[in-house]
Amino acid sequence: MADNAKANLLTVDDLVSGYGEAVVVDGLSLQLAAGQSMAVLGRNGVGKTTLLNSIIGVTQRRRGRIILAGRDITALPAERRAQAGIGWVPQERNIFRSLTVEENLTAVARPGPWTLERAYNLFPRIKQRRANLGSQLSGGEQQMLAIARALMLNPVVMLLDEPTEGLAPIIVDEVMATLTRLVRDEGLSMLVVEQHAQRLLGITHQAVILERGKIVWRGASAALAAAKPTLEKYLGVVKR
Amino acid sequence: MPPIPSPTLSGHSPRWRLVLEVAFWLLAFSAIFLMPRRLLLLNEIAILALFALSLDLILGYAGIVSLGHAAFLGLGAYTAGLACKHFAVDPLLAVAASAFVAGLVGFATSFLVLRGTDLTRLMVTMAVALLLGEAANKMQWLTGGSDGLQGVTVPPIAGAFDFDLRGRTAYVLSFLTLLALFLIARRLVASPFGMTLRTIRDNPLRAAAIGVPVTRRLVTIYTISALYAGIAGGLLAVTTQFVSLDVFEFSRSADVMLVLILGGTGYLYGGIIGAVAFKVLQDVLSGLTPQYWHFWIGLLLVALMVVGRQRIGSWITRPFSRLRAFGQPNAPDNGGVS
Repeated sequence: MADNAKANLLTVDDLVSGYGEAVVVDGLSLQLAAGQSMAVLGRNGVGKTTLLNSIIGVTQRRRGRIILAGRDITALPAERRAQAGIGWVPQERNIFRSLTVEENLTAVARPGPWTLERAYNLFPRIKQRRANLGSQLSGGEQQMLAIARALMLNPVVMLLDEPTEGLAPIIVDEVMATLTRLVRDEGLSMLVVEQHAQRLLGITHQAVILERGKIVWRGASAALAAAKPTLEKYLGVVKR
Repeated sequence: MPPIPSPTLSGHSPRWRLVLEVAFWLLAFSAIFLMPRRLLLLNEIAILALFALSLDLILGYAGIVSLGHAAFLGLGAYTAGLACKHFAVDPLLAVAASAFVAGLVGFATSFLVLRGTDLTRLMVTMAVALLLGEAANKMQWLTGGSDGLQGVTVPPIAGAFDFDLRGRTAYVLSFLTLLALFLIARRLVASPFGMTLRTIRDNPLRAAAIGVPVTRRLVTIYTISALYAGIAGGLLAVTTQFVSLDVFEFSRSADVMLVLILGGTGYLYGGIIGAVAFKVLQDVLSGLTPQYWHFWIGLLLVALMVVGRQRIGSWITRPFSRLRAFGQPNAPDNGGVS
């Protein structure tokens, strides 16, 4: 990998995209360096999920480019982007219901450091349920399976869409601990979309705040966590 | 790593499944000796089962609905019939030719079918079957048109096994073909290829987003399915030594769908169980009321939907999973739910 590609593992350049006639992401640019994690924050409907969907390739692009590890993937269809190294953990978790846990993991696995064994080590709980169908899992287990499934693709960068949404607090802790481990110990590069900023800022390196499809704030996560007025202004967050 | 039970026939330990399966096939084979007078019916059942199996590959595993699957049955039947009539080839070779031709046309038409949603697929598959049926009707010089393909003489298999009037050779051929293709299909659907097919059936967009080449997978399975249906058609031609236009008819496509609904989709045995049920019912009911047997099939179908057991197979497998559930309080009772 060229040094330049390493510094900018994922580049989104002047992206304009949406669904049908509607433009949701409106001239957005960001760079993510290898081994870095970035929190993508913002209120409901500002285009966070659409940004991720545009990177995985299921929205209509009007303008802009997406470059992954020095390779322009803008013109690639979704499956080729996934093969190029985009690992996606969707918002609704979207487990394949008619496949077993293990089949969910192995169906699309690609060779690399992440194996079934390591995925199971990361989530012992889903190992216990390996022979169960996807439709028989709890919400938390589904989330773990969705993360493990993305890891099995051995992605260059992971995109997580509200990984703690709708989960019980104790499961949220578990998922957050796993993400921390992936960021700190594994050096995995990731973009994480969340509505609840506080905890995510504790584990990511950088953060961006979106409003109406544009980035209105960017910087270090630690700086944002300390900048109460900024959080208050864009997210309406009151420190617990 | 120990093998994990596959979700097909779920709720059963691998050992139980194996016992059930071996018993099933032994029973089917021993029918040669148990029901020597009904071998022609059994041959029809085996061919219909293979035809339904081919539909299950696309409907049950990839979620492609088709109301024109007879297109490939018909192509296979005419290919084998013509090969035997004009070139007096070995029946096995004739059936292989059926597979090739049907597979080729399946590949070519798969691109039409993959566009659009369920409703367009229903219409497009039906249109392909209608087109081929009408083409066979018009090409009288080749197919004999509405008179059917006359004068098909099928030589003995490998020069040794002649087709007898009671249908013994016919049934053995169809049975062994069904068994072989079933085993291949089972291997196929349990492979990573088969798993990715099910991800597509569950949600194509999501499957693509995690790296499944959706179009290529669908083209492949549609081609394989067409090839299977072609073999069923080829068997039909060589075992009955006659081909008529009705192999392309809409009722063939509709019946095989009915068979699959009776037996259940997505676990491969559905087509076989459905074919047995369908043909036996047809045989019994048409003996009682020759004109109206479809009425009773319809009534049964309605009853089946109301009762909520989506497939006949679950009546057989469900009690076993209940038994097992006694020993394992946490085991989900999943028998019969695909």
